[in-house]
Amino acid sequence: MHFEFKVQGGDFVRAGNASSQVKKILKQLNVDSSVIKRIVVALYEGEVNIAAHAFNGVIYVDIDTERIIIKLDDNGPGIPDINLAMQPGYSTASPIVREMGFGAGMGLPNIKDNSDDFKITSEVGKGTCLEILVNLKVNQEGV
Amino acid sequence: MENASFHHALKIRTDVCIGCAHCMRACPTEALRVSGGKAHLHSDRCIDCGECYRVCPTGAIIVEQDDFQNIFNFKHRVALIPSVLLGQYPDDVTPGMVFQALQNIGFTEIYEVEDSVEYLIPQINDYIGKNQNKKPIVSSFCPAIVRLVQVKFPWLVGNIMLLRPPLDLTSSYIRGKYKEQGFSELEVGIFYVTPCAAKIAAIKSPVGEDKSEITGVINMDLIYNRTLHEIKKKVVSKDQDTFNSQLTPRSITWALTNGEASHINGRCMAIDGIHNVMEFLDKIENDEVAGVDFLELRSCDESCAGGILAASNRFLTAELLRKRAKALAEFNHGEVNQSKLLQYQEFLVGRIDLSRVEPRSMVKLDEDMAKAMKKMERVNRIMCYLPGIDCGVCGAPSCLALAEDIVKGEGAISHCVFLQKVMEQSKLNPEHSFKIMKKIWGDNRCMKDCEKPNQNK
Repeated sequence: MHFEFKVQGGDFVRAGNASSQVKKILKQLNVDSSVIKRIVVALYEGEVNIAAHAFNGVIYVDIDTERIIIKLDDNGPGIPDINLAMQPGYSTASPIVREMGFGAGMGLPNIKDNSDDFKITSEVGKGTCLEILVNLKVNQEGV
Repeated sequence: MENASFHHALKIRTDVCIGCAHCMRACPTEALRVSGGKAHLHSDRCIDCGECYRVCPTGAIIVEQDDFQNIFNFKHRVALIPSVLLGQYPDDVTPGMVFQALQNIGFTEIYEVEDSVEYLIPQINDYIGKNQNKKPIVSSFCPAIVRLVQVKFPWLVGNIMLLRPPLDLTSSYIRGKYKEQGFSELEVGIFYVTPCAAKIAAIKSPVGEDKSEITGVINMDLIYNRTLHEIKKKVVSKDQDTFNSQLTPRSITWALTNGEASHINGRCMAIDGIHNVMEFLDKIENDEVAGVDFLELRSCDESCAGGILAASNRFLTAELLRKRAKALAEFNHGEVNQSKLLQYQEFLVGRIDLSRVEPRSMVKLDEDMAKAMKKMERVNRIMCYLPGIDCGVCGAPSCLALAEDIVKGEGAISHCVFLQKVMEQSKLNPEHSFKIMKKIWGDNRCMKDCEKPNQNK
């Protein structure tokens, strides 16, 4: 099953919309709550990232009985040094964004921690693409 | 794990119901449907919040209670009254007068539900301290909220505070007291005067407890009428005020909004109104709110002052009780009866905890994920055809609810009045579509009737 959500850069009000929708879907599919929680947390962080850094972005969600794959594709400044961006605490968020309670530098590491598979590609001046995979069945990831 | 059916205090009188669908639109858990010209309650979804009761124009939704005469089966007839009862009467009716009136109508003793609040407050603070990993702790006070969490926010059941609410603690205390005096359990009837349906449901099928110690439940509107009658007859007076409220200032306001939250340590929030609560729980579930220790959540606007069986205006009740609490605080500085606290400790040893509260999700489309996914795909396909205006003419509260009903085998696409029009262009005969409407709304819905009960509402 496919779903698509648009995210507007700078729109923190609506960041969280996609994670709320995906949560609703996964609940209806009777996915284990601990799995849903990880997905929702990762997706919410991703949405906030787009709102904080990019001009706009699209979230593609693909669900089957085994796993969910979420692709967050944004048009934005891109990340010059991905390794640095993946370090907990590293942040390029503007003071305004930090004042809003975001930009603590935990976004990307947190997304990775909550994923079973995580890919990030980025091109400076063009944008960033995250791919998050989470297994939907609890026993598969050995929890 | 998840029970199929629950006792509900709310019942629909099909002889009075006109199938107007007001209740269906008001229900926060989409537990109502109309068919055969009558409203039907989906038992697993209902949380006994009573929103349907508020909007029913014909009084077809009733709150099932015990027969008042049952109190006379007991030698000791205890009225267990909520603090909001004393806030129902005009300003000049003192609590003492209401107590006398309660005795006049047959009760031998009166206890107040919030009697246990002073005992409970330190327990809650202690509980929060010990359960840092379960934050925010959701109060177990409002039974409609506990049920809401079970059916709609199943992952948050672990956040529900596993301490028995004041109603249960006080009834255990009363039992303990009578036992101490040597009376058998059969001699003592405890009758709770309820401001809402959820409390009745909680007593008849408790969550996290085996059996309630309350003998029966009498609706607050009935008690209000009977006691006010006594007061109006002037057989009670201010002067013979021998009995009086035992509550402390904070127990008087406990059942009002912020009653709990303002006395619990840490960052506490109070939210009233079922829709407000749902909005907030959604955020909590997404982990969007951090650092809250305790949530006081109440189904009714203005909490128990806004209970569906309240007689007085909820704002006036809340104001009156706050005023009394303030006056009492100025008078005795919130003094607590220490010997009573000791008695509570003695009687409630091992009786303060609730056992685990189980989720009983109603949101899933199927237990089996593959089947649920198929169903969801079908729901999404059906949604492409439905008009998306949630008119409710199909007898379901929204297009999505109809689509889900269809997938569960509880509805048909031809129930949609818009799709009927489309189908009439090809295969559906207009006579048949008229029959479908009659099946949902009853035979007489399209007949001229100048006396329609809710015409002028």
